[in-house]
Amino acid sequence: MKAFVTLEAKAMPLDLANVDTDQIIPARFLGLPRPDQVDALFRDLRFGDNGEAVLTFPMNQTRFSGSKILVVGNNFGCGSSRENAVTTLLDNGFECIIAPSFGDIFYNNCLQNGVLPIVIQHQRVVRLFDLLTTGSNHHVWVDLENQSLKFPDGTTEHFDIDSFRKSCLLKGLDAIDLTLSYSEAIEDYEKNRFIELEWQV
Amino acid sequence: MNRHLPSTLFDKVWDRHVVHARPDGYQLLYVDRHLMHDGSAEGFARLRTRGLSVRRPDLSLATPDHFNSTSGSSIDAIADPHKRSLVERLKDNASRESVAYFFLGEDSQGIAHVVGPEQGFTLPGTTLVCGDSHTATHGALGALAFGIGSSEVSHVLATQTLWQRKPKALRVSVDGVLAPGIYAKDMILRIIAELSASGGVGHVIEYAGSTIRSLSIESRLTVCNMSIEAGARAGMIAPDDITFNYLINKPRSPKELAWDRALRFWITLRSDDDAVFSKSLSLDAASIKPMITWGISPEDCLSTDQNIPDPESMCSTAERQACERALAYMGLQPGQPINSVKVDRVFIGSCTNSRIEDLRVAASIAQGRKVSIPAWVVPGSGLVKRQAEAEGLDKVFLEAGFEWRHPGCSMCVGMNGDIGSRGERIVSTSNRNFIGRQGPGVRTHLASPATAVATAVLGRIASVDQLEVS
Repeated sequence: MKAFVTLEAKAMPLDLANVDTDQIIPARFLGLPRPDQVDALFRDLRFGDNGEAVLTFPMNQTRFSGSKILVVGNNFGCGSSRENAVTTLLDNGFECIIAPSFGDIFYNNCLQNGVLPIVIQHQRVVRLFDLLTTGSNHHVWVDLENQSLKFPDGTTEHFDIDSFRKSCLLKGLDAIDLTLSYSEAIEDYEKNRFIELEWQV
Repeated sequence: MNRHLPSTLFDKVWDRHVVHARPDGYQLLYVDRHLMHDGSAEGFARLRTRGLSVRRPDLSLATPDHFNSTSGSSIDAIADPHKRSLVERLKDNASRESVAYFFLGEDSQGIAHVVGPEQGFTLPGTTLVCGDSHTATHGALGALAFGIGSSEVSHVLATQTLWQRKPKALRVSVDGVLAPGIYAKDMILRIIAELSASGGVGHVIEYAGSTIRSLSIESRLTVCNMSIEAGARAGMIAPDDITFNYLINKPRSPKELAWDRALRFWITLRSDDDAVFSKSLSLDAASIKPMITWGISPEDCLSTDQNIPDPESMCSTAERQACERALAYMGLQPGQPINSVKVDRVFIGSCTNSRIEDLRVAASIAQGRKVSIPAWVVPGSGLVKRQAEAEGLDKVFLEAGFEWRHPGCSMCVGMNGDIGSRGERIVSTSNRNFIGRQGPGVRTHLASPATAVATAVLGRIASVDQLEVS
């Protein structure tokens, strides 16, 4: 997993609430090899019934091309557990997602793939939408170590993240490696579990 | 842990599974049960890349459900070679790693969330995970069950644990008696409408109250199944005699002395009277009507006698825009009575509503009637299918004009190619009415099996009582 330390990049606004993982990557693209899923990102939002590009969709606007940060509405990534929703975003360059709230499983899946999900207050997300859609500067600065964001207008914003998840992201540390270092604790647990819950095995 | 503190059912299950608690709040949680399906290939692949093997194959169980065909029960029925290879890979991975698996054509095969309970793999007080968001279903038996992504699948395969922060507890109490013709699906849709699609984020829901207690296991599974649609990671119901009577003599449930020992533990699994919940919701069962979704989120829900909402009546700009977007996608007019909406197709199935009780209800309404639009019944497992056939339900469906198909997720998610065509309007007993969920441009309305049959007969959205009037 790639480490996430700081990121200064263009941010793309997607002013929609409850964007579910079926909208991020429709089910018909699941099961395909990862490289074949890249173009499936937001497929049915980006393209119309006849395959024509939807010009109002920000991914189809050159001013947002090359964005690495995605700014979205409430409950982003709700719905299915498909991790492809995160890997397809990542394979399209998005390394950081800013929202007022996330679907729980999607949030966890981000952290497993080195993508930083940032939760900030709804009104600050709305402010960011305004700055990105009306201004000419689309750059946002993210500093994970200091848990700080800088908006295009120069204002800064603190964000919270669990220290455990933060340190894994900063080091690019994979959870399996970390957990294997707890093997003894797992073995001890299993011994006691067997005594207590003989019926379970 | 201070044992004298009042605790919830969720606390009791969670606390006994903590392998290690870090000072930063993260806890390493032991996983008692791991269910896998044909979408789990990536989890196995990641494991193999790292040279690791499955730590506890004896605590794992696999069954194909997402990619298999429902037109036939063999591997050859899958026309797409890529989908066929995903189903085959599950078999290969499971046999290489000594994980028990059920395969196409076996009675035991079916939708993972139907198979787990009916095999007695899902048990009270256990932790159960699966790489599928509807894993919450299994909480109906008093398990703590939640969906995970494919990285976490490989983590569980390698370590039999997961790093988690303990969620908060939310109690939903439903008391009183449901009116005739009102089902668990109506209840959970109403609960989601009350909580909103994000109201349960960061929480585990415990469903309680006299109405919940009176529900069969099949109905409890329907309720817990859709916890994720309110944003909750899991839903749970305290195990009771209904649970124990359901589990006794299931293929994988404990037997004889082990059963007695298990039962002594299971009866302790209930929230203390003075347990504290961080949020709560109470509903009067008598106020629940037949429910149906009108929009593109399960929270966009109303009773079948109501009218489509008007964006102009919304309080905020964001709500108005969301409503306008939903109406545009669904091709509906503000103020239109929902029961005037013409429907093209009906789907009865999915991990929400494909169990024997669902099929009995559907067949009892279909009996002696004819559908006026294409309608499918997809049983949840081979065992459900066989039971339904033993009761003659398949004949009732076939005579009424339904298609009687083979077990799988089918049109709930369409990964196997069972999808609608653009613009088609489908009343579905599944769990998600998201944009494109049942195929690009397809319009989905979620409802109970009873409402689905009434709709199939009349060709428009209708509850069962309208069938009697007409």
